[in-house]
Amino acid sequence: MSTAAPPPPKKVNRIGLEVLNYKGSKTTLCAGCGHNSISERIVECFYELGVEPYTVAKFSGIGCSSKSPAYFLGLSHGFNGVHGRMPAIATGALLANHTLKGIGVTGDGDTASIGIGQFMHLVRRNLPMIYIIEDNGVYGLTKGQFSATADLGSTLKTGVHNDLPPFDCCALALKWGATFVARSFSGDKKQLQAILKTAISHHGLSVIDVVSPCVTFNDHEGSTKSYSYMKEHEYMLQELDFVPSYEDISVEIPEGGVMDVQMHDGSHLRIRKLDRDFDPTDRFAALKMLEEAEKKHEVLTGVLYVNTNKPTFLELLNLDDAPVATLPQSKVRPAKSVLDEVMEELR
Amino acid sequence: MSTLEVSPAEPLSGQSSHSVINDFSIQVATVNGSGSQTANSVLMRSIFQMGIPVSGKNMFPSNIAGLPTWFTIRASKHGYIGRRKEIDFLVAMNPETAREDVMKLDSGAAVVYDEPLKLSELRSDLHFYPVPFDKLVAPVCPDAKLRKLVRNMIYDGIVAWVLSIEMDEIHTALVKQFGKRKAKAADLNWGAAKAGFEYAAKTFTKTDPFRVERMNETAGKIIIDGNSACALGAMFAGVTVVTWYPITPSSSLVESLIGYMKRFRHDPETGKATYAIVQAEDELASIGMALGAGWAGARAMTSTAGPGISLMSEFIGLGYYAEIPTVVFDVERVGPSTGLPTRTAQSDILFAAFLSHGDTKHPLFFPCSPEECFSISIEAFEFAEKFQTPVFVMTDLDLGMNNWMADPFEYPEKPIHRGKVLNAEDLEKLGGFARYKDIDGDGVGYRTLPGTNHPSASYFTRGSGHNDKAQYTEREDDYINNMDRLAHKFEVMRQHVPAPVVRIADNAKIGFVAVGTSDYAVRESCDQLKNEYDIDASYLRLKAYPFTEQLTDFIRSHERVYVVDQNRDGQLLGLMRLEYDPELIAKLRSVRYYGGLPLDARTITDEIIRQEGK
Repeated sequence: MSTAAPPPPKKVNRIGLEVLNYKGSKTTLCAGCGHNSISERIVECFYELGVEPYTVAKFSGIGCSSKSPAYFLGLSHGFNGVHGRMPAIATGALLANHTLKGIGVTGDGDTASIGIGQFMHLVRRNLPMIYIIEDNGVYGLTKGQFSATADLGSTLKTGVHNDLPPFDCCALALKWGATFVARSFSGDKKQLQAILKTAISHHGLSVIDVVSPCVTFNDHEGSTKSYSYMKEHEYMLQELDFVPSYEDISVEIPEGGVMDVQMHDGSHLRIRKLDRDFDPTDRFAALKMLEEAEKKHEVLTGVLYVNTNKPTFLELLNLDDAPVATLPQSKVRPAKSVLDEVMEELR
Repeated sequence: MSTLEVSPAEPLSGQSSHSVINDFSIQVATVNGSGSQTANSVLMRSIFQMGIPVSGKNMFPSNIAGLPTWFTIRASKHGYIGRRKEIDFLVAMNPETAREDVMKLDSGAAVVYDEPLKLSELRSDLHFYPVPFDKLVAPVCPDAKLRKLVRNMIYDGIVAWVLSIEMDEIHTALVKQFGKRKAKAADLNWGAAKAGFEYAAKTFTKTDPFRVERMNETAGKIIIDGNSACALGAMFAGVTVVTWYPITPSSSLVESLIGYMKRFRHDPETGKATYAIVQAEDELASIGMALGAGWAGARAMTSTAGPGISLMSEFIGLGYYAEIPTVVFDVERVGPSTGLPTRTAQSDILFAAFLSHGDTKHPLFFPCSPEECFSISIEAFEFAEKFQTPVFVMTDLDLGMNNWMADPFEYPEKPIHRGKVLNAEDLEKLGGFARYKDIDGDGVGYRTLPGTNHPSASYFTRGSGHNDKAQYTEREDDYINNMDRLAHKFEVMRQHVPAPVVRIADNAKIGFVAVGTSDYAVRESCDQLKNEYDIDASYLRLKAYPFTEQLTDFIRSHERVYVVDQNRDGQLLGLMRLEYDPELIAKLRSVRYYGGLPLDARTITDEIIRQEGK
């Protein structure tokens, strides 16, 4: 009889789940694709925060990015919809069950071209969900055409020159009503984690534009969404630190230039500004800064805007506490006396 | 309809020697935006209250104010409430159309008109009643701003006198129309109606033959439009998510639903809503939201018309392939493109049946009356969840926007069934599930809802190729198996759709097949064919697609079957042709009307006689 040492205890999060419980199926995207890094960050963040997977619903449109919800949170329901129209599906699902935590993954083609209308209305409604744009400036799944976020003057692998200015999805989200707006880079693990965790805690619409290079079609010289371009042009606005609600909140706020934002669920986002003075609760300042950065060919990353007070679309509807989807017949079919009353009025 | 037919001018002399009782059509020609709707509703309702079967049809322009509008009221002691082409009694209030309206009348018709229009000069074979409306309205309506609106109520008083409508019933209808909250407006209008009546009594000698006489054919009945009836159906079906985008003629369906839900679907204790109604940014979004909601377990619906159906086509394909329940109300109007937005048609049938690219087909339900708008809407929600697929409720502008006499609706006794949904307990027992696996042989898999607290609850919904576990696949066998199961599911639906209404006439060689509002004209035409030509005709009214075995039997047992379509291309006929063998198809004939007005019996009868070679 051997007395082999017992296997080391499995590492679990605060609700007793392993990181494996937050993974999805194997990715089919290209090796080195920025989208895979984002999926990994999503897995880590939901695992680390101990979110119950069954309370999450995943949504996407069509494109490389939109395949990725299959690659994270396999224990959550997912819905891969039609091109550019994930916001409508997500809106309907959250109307049906407002207790779900919605997370949508989309691309720059899905959002800024075919889906710009639905994106703008999602923003206008401040639907409480996380909306991640995996932004690489090209259509990958159709082999490398420009999208509407491609920068003016950038070129395709084939040398084709882009003559039109880009949509800045963060500026659009800021202008029309999203309540948490951030930009990040798929290669920046720490920053993206802090932003994602804040978005998970946020009560309102979080729009996160993540520059996520397409290694196959848009990682060359002349691209403004490549790893090397980001290395040269990324400008980090802040150092971010996320303190979850279940951790000791009494941790002292470090001195000097640190802003503490309390999120709806009691967690905290700590924002240490770097060399540029910027208040992320000031929408106009953020818009102005984005405008200036574009002129300087800077890609600003960090938290651009946070507003924890604005009511969400679902709150405006005064819905029953329980999801309307599963209310019992006694709540959704009025009594016969009601029909009699209506019939009497029509006589 | 556009040619002017001048009747032979046989001058009328003195009083009519005969009476036409409870069997005529009144047409009121006004300008839209002039408030004539109230006067017309009151007129219709007062005849209804006298126990006489009545119908009202509003022919209005796609415009807010200033264009011609006609409202036709048909009183029929025989109970025919379809449109009748011939007008017996004209109220000419619109200077722009008055002359054409008068020239179109058959000899012997009566005309109440605004005196300055000098219409009596046009014809000598009609009965004219000139009324100085401006002179009469001034004393009863001191506020000059309201006169334009109150002026119309004067013709109610005039018509009441000429047709012997009891003024008490006009008063009752007025009070009903305005409700208790607008008692002042009711009083003002009542004054105008009385002034009209008194003027007529003092001034006119009745020369035309038309009048009403009290009957007892409407006791207990209600008056309602089809859109409101669908709305009530949706509410009692337990709808929980409603998404929509305004479009004529379907807007009033959801607007009416909003009114009812606000009254009856808030928790009495908390005041919270047991539903969500969202006006979307377009039809692409409204159907997307309805599908998202259906996926997450809501009883979801949207309501639209032709152009909206076109926009929804991509999402409907997703709903079909990913198997998501939702109900789409299509209140049909005249297409193609913008078409005639305020005119009626049944011209979305083929498009809706196969909406979206790839191999798709969808169940269509066809109510023909307010009663069926109510009951079939409830069935549609049950059906959508039972078969996990989008269901279309196909009505039209005539049914949706016009007021109809109807029997009070019956409370749904069957409890709500949410279809095959597995909860955490079920999953614990089963140990897991495969979303698209045909366990029961009916082609319908079991689903779970997001938010189900069980590790085997989740699955990934997609419009791309999937196997029975909902996993991505491009395999030939997976694709074929899935598509075959969907086809099988559609076949199973045949046993579960609302059954057709079949009326077999003894010895009939010919039969009719129709859907929806064609019913009124077909039934009246059957009587015309029997009474005028001694032709017996059977009639099968479909309530749904896919078709049932009864339709096959019906075609087999008749020599010729006339399929009635309110569209140019014979779409219902086309749908039938796709289902049958050449032997049965050879029996099918087409009767089509596509002028935008509600179908009338005479159009059908004339066409049958032409085709039968009689």
